[in-house]
Amino acid sequence: MSSTLLPLGDVGFAEATWILVAKSILIFLGVFLVVPVLTVVERKLIGRFQHRYGPNRVGPVGTLQPLADILKLAGKQVFRPDAAVPFLYALGPALVIFSGITTIAILPFGDVKDGVGFYGIDVSIGVLYFFAFSSLSFYGLLLSGWASGSKYSFLGAMRAAAQLISYEIALGLSLLGAVMMTGSLSLVSIVQAQDEIWFIVPQFVGFLIFMIAGFAETNRAPFDLPEADAELVQGFQTEYGGTRFASFLLAEYLEMFVVCGIASAFFLGGWMGPGPGWLDPIWMVIKILALIFVFIWVRATVPRLRYDQLMSLGWKFLLPLATLNVLVTAVLVVVL
Amino acid sequence: MSEEFPYLEDDDVVAVQRGPEPGGAGGAYRAFGETLRGLKTTMARLFEGPDTIQYPEEKTPVYPRFRGRHKLHKFEDTGLEKCVGCSLCAAACPADCIRVVADENDPENRVSAGERYAAVYEINLSRCIFCGYCEVACPFDAITMGHEYELADYNRGDLIFTKEMLLAESIERAPLRREGE
Repeated sequence: MSSTLLPLGDVGFAEATWILVAKSILIFLGVFLVVPVLTVVERKLIGRFQHRYGPNRVGPVGTLQPLADILKLAGKQVFRPDAAVPFLYALGPALVIFSGITTIAILPFGDVKDGVGFYGIDVSIGVLYFFAFSSLSFYGLLLSGWASGSKYSFLGAMRAAAQLISYEIALGLSLLGAVMMTGSLSLVSIVQAQDEIWFIVPQFVGFLIFMIAGFAETNRAPFDLPEADAELVQGFQTEYGGTRFASFLLAEYLEMFVVCGIASAFFLGGWMGPGPGWLDPIWMVIKILALIFVFIWVRATVPRLRYDQLMSLGWKFLLPLATLNVLVTAVLVVVL
Repeated sequence: MSEEFPYLEDDDVVAVQRGPEPGGAGGAYRAFGETLRGLKTTMARLFEGPDTIQYPEEKTPVYPRFRGRHKLHKFEDTGLEKCVGCSLCAAACPADCIRVVADENDPENRVSAGERYAAVYEINLSRCIFCGYCEVACPFDAITMGHEYELADYNRGDLIFTKEMLLAESIERAPLRREGE
């Protein structure tokens, strides 16, 4: 990097191309194996929270349910409403998936071992990369809602946009505390900085704000206003069916995985855990799954917020609290 | 009347209990606390296990007085039908779904214990409302409501039960509720 321009995506650790490709395939396949399992786990857990069994007919104790769901959705007709804008209508779900997959790349599953980093890529702008690409999914929602040519979809898309601006700032500020304590934006450095103490202890407020904003970020209960099955019949997804609908579903779980991954990297010490080094990715996955359990638990508990409640929570409560957290952290970092 | 009720019992005054005003730091604190309480409640449900009855495999038990599909009865000792074809059940039926055609008994070859018997006894179960009036109207306890409730069929015609079908010993598919259950 001899250029005087700031390196936007300065990579912290260089590897052979084939290793990068192999890692991409491994992470991609791993996550795509996790997502269908997550769908059935979520449905079964929600069932247990409500004194029900959840899906238990397909395969032993319902384990083959995602397979049946995927087959059903993939077997459906690909259609488009007359009023839809063809290109944007198709682009919407693709963007959502794109944003989900690209953000997985920076989740660190372990340190550098034998010349291989246990992560997709370690960019020095880590957090900004996450914000940039995860926010792209809102373009997907907006475009698909608008391009569907249906008022329910449009309402859902508008809600998604309003939700984005109320939560994105709090989401960013909640991570800033951990970034300041580390002095780096790279997720790998942030995890390494938690060698002594996990950031959930000094940054508990930040963790709470990140989780609350994360529910909004992934459009999950209690902030699933863009979908709102009861009032908006799934909002921006109303006019979608078959594989395109499935891609929205997939993207929701991908985003949930990513947000939980970021949360565990920032606050729960990432891959840190007792045991030998090869356990690192397993510790990371365990932490992610634990956070996903929290997501499902909250979904089973809290009812959907009203629109104005959502806005006032975002602007009047989360944003000041996040700012205060950043201020206090900044002062403490300078003083100590 | 104590101080808690400064109004007469049959007075129209209703004391309105107001919750705390929303908003402010107190509101945020209460919302957070209540959310935690809700999370605790749902978590407790998780460990209680499901209450579902897995229907086709397990069946909801019925009470002894459950009014399911009708049954016609015979005398256990003589094997004669209890029904004497009086049509009182048909008269009592509000849905008008019972059809009885009575005939004289042949003394050599009796069908029922009485003078007459039901030559035709049909119940249209697609019309029956399972009120049990037929059972109440019957002077000989010849017709009773059974426990069977899985009566779905593919044709309406198949739901017209004839005397043979009603007399047949039906398999008790529905479990009976235990005492005090």
